[in-house]
Amino acid sequence: MPVLAQADLRLDAGPLDYALLAIYFAFVLGIGFLARRSVSSSLDFLLSGRSLPAWVTGLAFISANLGAIELLGMAANGAQYGMATVHYYWIGAIPAMVFLGLVMMPFYYGSKVRSVPEFLRRRFGKGAHLVNAISFAVAQVLIAGVNLYALAFLLNLMLGWPIPLSVVIAALIVLVYTTLGGLSAAIYNEVLQFFVIVAALLPLTLVGLHKVGGWQGLVDRVTAGPGGEEQLSAWPATELTGIENPVLSVIGIVFGLGFVLSFGYWTTNFAEVQRALSAKSMSAARRTPIIGAYPKALIPFVVVIPGIIAALVVPELAALKAGDDSSGIVYNNALPALIGELLPNGMLGIAITGLLASFMAGVAANVSSFNTVFTYDLWQDYIRKDRPDEYYLRIGRLATIGGTVVAIGTAFLAAGYGNIMDYIQALFSFFNAPLFATFILAMFWKRMSAAAGWIGLVTGTLAAVLVFVLAETDVLHLPGQGASFVGAGVAFAVDIVVSVAVTTVTRPVPEERLVGLVYSLTPRETRKHSATGENAGWYRSPVVLGIGVLVLTLVLNIVFG
Amino acid sequence: MAHKAGLFDLRLVIAVLFGVYGVVLTVVGLGFTDDADLAKADGLNINLWAGVGMVVLAVLFALWAFARPVVVPDAARTGREGPGREGSGR
Repeated sequence: MPVLAQADLRLDAGPLDYALLAIYFAFVLGIGFLARRSVSSSLDFLLSGRSLPAWVTGLAFISANLGAIELLGMAANGAQYGMATVHYYWIGAIPAMVFLGLVMMPFYYGSKVRSVPEFLRRRFGKGAHLVNAISFAVAQVLIAGVNLYALAFLLNLMLGWPIPLSVVIAALIVLVYTTLGGLSAAIYNEVLQFFVIVAALLPLTLVGLHKVGGWQGLVDRVTAGPGGEEQLSAWPATELTGIENPVLSVIGIVFGLGFVLSFGYWTTNFAEVQRALSAKSMSAARRTPIIGAYPKALIPFVVVIPGIIAALVVPELAALKAGDDSSGIVYNNALPALIGELLPNGMLGIAITGLLASFMAGVAANVSSFNTVFTYDLWQDYIRKDRPDEYYLRIGRLATIGGTVVAIGTAFLAAGYGNIMDYIQALFSFFNAPLFATFILAMFWKRMSAAAGWIGLVTGTLAAVLVFVLAETDVLHLPGQGASFVGAGVAFAVDIVVSVAVTTVTRPVPEERLVGLVYSLTPRETRKHSATGENAGWYRSPVVLGIGVLVLTLVLNIVFG
Repeated sequence: MAHKAGLFDLRLVIAVLFGVYGVVLTVVGLGFTDDADLAKADGLNINLWAGVGMVVLAVLFALWAFARPVVVPDAARTGREGPGREGSGR
């Protein structure tokens, strides 16, 4: 967590605002109770019975990522760096999401695995599976705790609620609906949350733009401000990367953020992939990340732009940007500060609800992916095999409770040692880069051996940790985002090199076990999806939708480049 | 095995939530907005506009839900791709 801001961000929320918030909580819990009726097996509970339509899973896909740290962090980046922040949305997400839908989803969904670690078990056996299942499960409960703490911290700042009380209340609400309705409840609430966030941020953006005198006013004032004209264009983003040479900065963005970091996150993070696995058909599963990519391309307009506006109209932030930090405000408070500055009671309640919704959905995504990996990949595979399904449904519910309790503990730990949580988060983000390298080799190179699977993962992760430690101790001097770009890149390269080297000296996995998991051993028919009935029509074609969003992203880059 | 696919229609849930929010904000915008509120939002009656917008969103979702209701497919007749494996095994 960032250093606590001492500036007064207390919002004068009235009874009306609290009533709007209470209505939302009633809906969230109601969805949990309604969703419970459809849970009759562990697959229903942990994977929504693979029954959801593509628009639902697609919006949930994007919402699961639209958590607290993302929302506040990106508005903060907008306030500090300006338009360059859009790279986290455009090049840093869209290509990877399209790649997941078009290239990788046929293997994830087609092989009927129930989780990302399960794919590794089928492809490589136990070594790689255990490494991934344990690291993912631990990461998710810890990150859930970080999210809970961030939520409580914001509630304390905005409404004056005591931090321990907010942690427990928020955790209980998430616990109730995820334990009752499982993944369906989590996903349905994520869709609801998506609309509430937009309903909160769109009016905020419009009022903000009105305040600064429209788009032209924004352009004029940013140009005249301390950031200057370059904060209005996305490229070359030298401030963001911390790389002075513009050409190297662009290369850093494209390969570091656009390739290694983003592909690692979007294509192998089970909290995301799980949303697609719960879709009702192969076609819907492939469309899930691509449908999510459209709102992802447009969200920066209601997150980054308000961040930029906040740095203009909130006096304390404007002072901070000009170099005067005496008010104690930090960039992370840009969004709540702007809300307090511009929204009257009524919309204020919607805005608070939107922020809280975003925090809780983030926690729910962590918890609902944790319980699946714990139940199927750890408990069922290593502790109690071959029990009836009701047993695993019960374990899934208990894992949800246990995970939430650990997350509450983590949240209190985070309250005591803020910086430690920053490090934990940074470290976990490094797990994804080697994982992506392993998955690409696993899906497209049938020769890759079981030993290469786990050795590549472990050495790749260790390489990332090494870069991280060197950067933290200033042995390597990498300012800005440079350390995470380089760390991810090194991890990716080490994973590939080690995996190839180990494969050459070990036995390959027998080919008959790899059908459906590896490109060259999967018949074309099983990779294809049906295009009839409710999957018919060109506008439901994953390829057409994927190309459409890539073109949209390209146009946005040209217009705002 | 009989399996309930359509839980409850999420589109109606969204319509009801935003219907309530929209009506409340519209009423507040029309009847309970003083000059201080207006000045805060730079002269815009944002509650009114946001309220109207939410009502429109609610109507659109309601129309969609009624125009294309969720059909619980008869698994025996429509041999669709997708689910159908038993959940318990591997």
